[in-house]
Amino acid sequence: MSWQRRILRVNLSEGRAQVEALNMEWARDFLGERGLATKYLMENMDPSADPLGPDNVLIFATGPLSGTMASTSGRYAVVTKGPLTGAIACSNSGGKFGAELKFAGYDLLLLEGRAQRPVYLHVVDDLVEILPADEIWGASVWDTDAWLKQRHQNPQLKVAAVGVAGERGVKFACVVNDLHRAAGRSGVGAVMGSKNLKAIAVHGSVGVKVDDPKRFMQAVKETKAVLWDNAGRAELERVGTNAMIDVMQEFGGLPTRNFREVQFEGVENINPSAMSARKANGHTNLLTNKACFGCTIACGRIAHIDKEHFTVVNRREYWHASGGLEYETAYAFGPVVGVDDLDALTFAGYMMNEHGMDPISFGVTLAAAMELYEMGVITKEDTDGIALNFGSAEALAVMAEKTGKHEGFGQVLGLGSKRLCEKYGHPELFMGVKGQEFAGYDSRALQGMGLGYATSNRGACHLKHDMFAEDMEDQTGQGKAKPCKDSQDRVAAVDSTGLCLFTTGAWGLEEFAAQLDAACEGEWTAERLTMVGERVWNLERQFNLAAGLTRADDTLPRRLLETPAPSGTGKGRVNELDVMLPEYYEARGWTPDGEPTTQTLQRLGLVSL
Amino acid sequence: MHHVIIGAGPAGVIAAETLRRSDAGARVTLLGDESERPYSRMAIPYLLAEDIAEAGTHLRHGEGHYEGHGIEVRKGRARSVNPAGNTLTLADGDTLSYDRLLVASGSHTVRPPIEGADLGRIENCWTLADARRIMAGTPRGSKVVLMGAGFIGCIILEALVARGVDLTVVELADRMLARMMDDSGGDMIKRWCEGKGVKVLTSTRVTALGEADGGIRLHLDGGAPSITADLVVCATGVAPNVDFLEGSGVEIDDGVLVDDRLRTNVDGIYAAGDVAQGPSFPTGAREVHAIQPTASEHGRIAARNMAGHDTPYRGSLSMNVLNTLGLVSSSFGVWMGLEGGDRAVASDPARFKYLRLEFDEDRIVGALAIGLTQHVGVIRGLVQTQVPLGAWKDVLLKDPHRVMDAYLDCTQASAA
Amino acid sequence: MHKSLLIDPQKCTSCLQCEMACSFEHEGAFNPAKSRIKVFEFEHGARAIPYTCTQCDEAWCMHACPVEAITLDAATGAKVVHEETCVGCKVCTIACPFGTVNYNADTGKVVKCDLCGGDPQCAEACPTGAITYVDASWTGYERMRSWAERLDAGA
Repeated sequence: MSWQRRILRVNLSEGRAQVEALNMEWARDFLGERGLATKYLMENMDPSADPLGPDNVLIFATGPLSGTMASTSGRYAVVTKGPLTGAIACSNSGGKFGAELKFAGYDLLLLEGRAQRPVYLHVVDDLVEILPADEIWGASVWDTDAWLKQRHQNPQLKVAAVGVAGERGVKFACVVNDLHRAAGRSGVGAVMGSKNLKAIAVHGSVGVKVDDPKRFMQAVKETKAVLWDNAGRAELERVGTNAMIDVMQEFGGLPTRNFREVQFEGVENINPSAMSARKANGHTNLLTNKACFGCTIACGRIAHIDKEHFTVVNRREYWHASGGLEYETAYAFGPVVGVDDLDALTFAGYMMNEHGMDPISFGVTLAAAMELYEMGVITKEDTDGIALNFGSAEALAVMAEKTGKHEGFGQVLGLGSKRLCEKYGHPELFMGVKGQEFAGYDSRALQGMGLGYATSNRGACHLKHDMFAEDMEDQTGQGKAKPCKDSQDRVAAVDSTGLCLFTTGAWGLEEFAAQLDAACEGEWTAERLTMVGERVWNLERQFNLAAGLTRADDTLPRRLLETPAPSGTGKGRVNELDVMLPEYYEARGWTPDGEPTTQTLQRLGLVSL
Repeated sequence: MHHVIIGAGPAGVIAAETLRRSDAGARVTLLGDESERPYSRMAIPYLLAEDIAEAGTHLRHGEGHYEGHGIEVRKGRARSVNPAGNTLTLADGDTLSYDRLLVASGSHTVRPPIEGADLGRIENCWTLADARRIMAGTPRGSKVVLMGAGFIGCIILEALVARGVDLTVVELADRMLARMMDDSGGDMIKRWCEGKGVKVLTSTRVTALGEADGGIRLHLDGGAPSITADLVVCATGVAPNVDFLEGSGVEIDDGVLVDDRLRTNVDGIYAAGDVAQGPSFPTGAREVHAIQPTASEHGRIAARNMAGHDTPYRGSLSMNVLNTLGLVSSSFGVWMGLEGGDRAVASDPARFKYLRLEFDEDRIVGALAIGLTQHVGVIRGLVQTQVPLGAWKDVLLKDPHRVMDAYLDCTQASAA
Repeated sequence: MHKSLLIDPQKCTSCLQCEMACSFEHEGAFNPAKSRIKVFEFEHGARAIPYTCTQCDEAWCMHACPVEAITLDAATGAKVVHEETCVGCKVCTIACPFGTVNYNADTGKVVKCDLCGGDPQCAEACPTGAITYVDASWTGYERMRSWAERLDAGA
């Protein structure tokens, strides 16, 4: 138990849904969520397929601990081949949708083919319907959510949907669930849109059972206490992830104006203190914090925009509260584009959620466009008459909306930074890896982060490894390879449980293992989880190699490798990837070309392709 | 002080218990005319379906419950009431004196005035005795015709299907549940029943009943071919038991008229339950609401007043909840709406879901629901308290299913 | 002295651990759809209100039950549904003006909060103190809050 032992396979081309038994052998080797979905993806598609073609497969996966009493059990992953990167995409989200899918009786939802016409999926336990979505095609995520609940007379439905961005193939379109939670990165929303699938609406009442309820509840209680008492957790609850913006500012790792700088003068206008500050008219940006399903952390921010702010002054429809700034959104709408207008940042966040886009990719793409604009490569003629200067709150707000609606210059921004920079003849201005834009950490100040970015299987990503402690302690690249590899494996294991990575500030793999061991059949230990993580990482790598990626894709932009950081603790440094990468391949048991050796694959029980 | 209660149904039993608590020294007599422990007619369908045994229909389960509470349960049927002498004459000739009298005599079934309506193998489904006869007469596979698809008919319908009979329903009105559902809802329920293998003939009048091959033949109007049945169950209506009040001076309209203390026009005489016509929500008009919650409230309030504790009754609300072969429906208050009031409708006939809310300004006065089982009681709360919904009304006009949100926001959030 | 559930929506993060704990206690599975306590969210989650039976003195459900399937637990003050007696007529679901008695189609019975016999699991599971089980003599909300704050301060 704990797994539902059922997957739902939906062939959109044929309009057919069927329930299959979960492959328990795979579940034992790959656990769930990210890992298990990767295995299913590998077994169900050709990695060389066009990401936006009907041969791509889109998987929504829960983990064995999803929908249980384990703290943070609301996670699910969307795994597919990403259109932004051409690599495997694994986007992870919270909210309540994932747990609901599990409650309906499914570990995984596997979508293949492409519907002839726009459709949505309606799942209520065993009832699975593929229904016409013509009435909501072109609608925002928020309108879609409301429409579905109304259409099915079921306010309890949990909805994951794409906005216009996903429908129109914006390369960094995401899947938004529960209005403001998102499987954000790598363009998984564009894949969903390419399948003519507007939304998935689920209500579940089957529930989730665990193997040894008594022992499980005891393990949950103990781990929950550890989590609750953790100072980092309390900080996340109090100020949210944006606590990081002050840390990165001080450290000099806060990418500013498309990574030309690493510290931002406007930080104090967009940091947690600013979010909580009361303005003269009584307005505060932040209203409260909220939790995802089953979460004991509650880092989520709920904010609202000042009714007098230029972004919403005549737009009553945006006067309500919604998801507020997290660190990555604060970074992507703030320093990297040079804007410090808090409500404009919040508005851009609304646009991302309403229309279904990844804020990091959007912000960094806009940053590149701003740099091109200031260089004179593009002009107002390209940008619908909007001056794209760094620091322009108007440009941020207008372009966020245009990109979401796929209008005007927004269509160009919707290509993502790599394609946009190539289009205008300056590929060196793309700040990312494998086509995916960087998160809010500069890898000249944070060397291990740079290695993590370069080697992440889904392209630049801050959430597939955890090198903060090492990077804050030591500003060089020395000795970073092995810890980076180990943390990647650890994170891959955590991402396969159904729980949230943010617990790892308080928990080691032992805490995960204790809960898994009581919840699931078989024996689960930290060692076994580490092995699962490494197996998952290597399988993702195999997918990418089969998709045509090579060692050459494990790199960073020249700006980070050749232009020294202008300030901060990393001042004068470039990223030492050339030193770290070979060490990393060796630590992984890969060839110097970055391919897993036969021995490594055998050790992990992965058959060479 | 001697309280006499005529009728041992829910209103009578609850009144007796309440009197015992509110008037410790008084004598309480509970008069019932059936040879059973006080039971609930509501539970009979579940007996028919063999979900429960007869004991499961009893209003109170404890051995010696009534004796233990000092309630004298007496078998007997009231024949007449003499308010001048504070006495009551029973059918067996005995006379009972009372200080306060509660009329909780309930109602009886009414058959249509057609030829053959009194033949054998035509049963009511009202009492435990009726239920026993129906159970004996409906072996699995037998052909049964149910006359009447009102609320009571539909409750029995479910039980008959559970007995595995070949069922045909004949209803005079143009839809099932004519007094509890509008056209859309009635049609939805009819379609649902037909999908479960029940034949439903609406707008169909039975013109005569006759014997046929050991069974019953039903002649139908409009040239429809007659149908036969091994057994006919008649659920064509009920009427209040008020015969014995003739000459008492107690005022009677559709039922026994009572005020907001459940008092009749005659001093010392009160009425409660199916027989009583009392103040109602939301219009304030006096109506007979022959439903369980009203019986229970009437019983309690009447008893409080009989015991000398002045307790006003805020009025009864017409409401019903029904399970028709798994399809749950409910109705509240003025579901047909007020003239000039707004209406919110959500309908999904393919999935048998329906919700209709009726407004007076920004207050809900009535509702119909099909397929709604969670938090449905708040509709009663909203109708009964007449909470102004303000801006929520517009939300509900678009999506009536947010009624729980509206309720919570208007009633709970402010208290928080 | 009876205790009662005190709900402070301000503290609710809508994590639904109360719903999981409730369903686990009563159904043996984590299944919020079957929870007797329900968290309702408003305005994109800006507000959340946990909601369940207050064990009201009027006891509409108990009085409306035609077969005495809902009785008073003298120890806790809870109005408790006895599944073996409940016939599933659902009258209590429309009688309760708070909407806190619900029909469970799987069992054909109704369900409502029973205070877990005096150890309510929702309160136990709530990480933020939005749901607490307190002495019912503390009736005033302000007193409740100051009491809760003192508890927090003591923690």
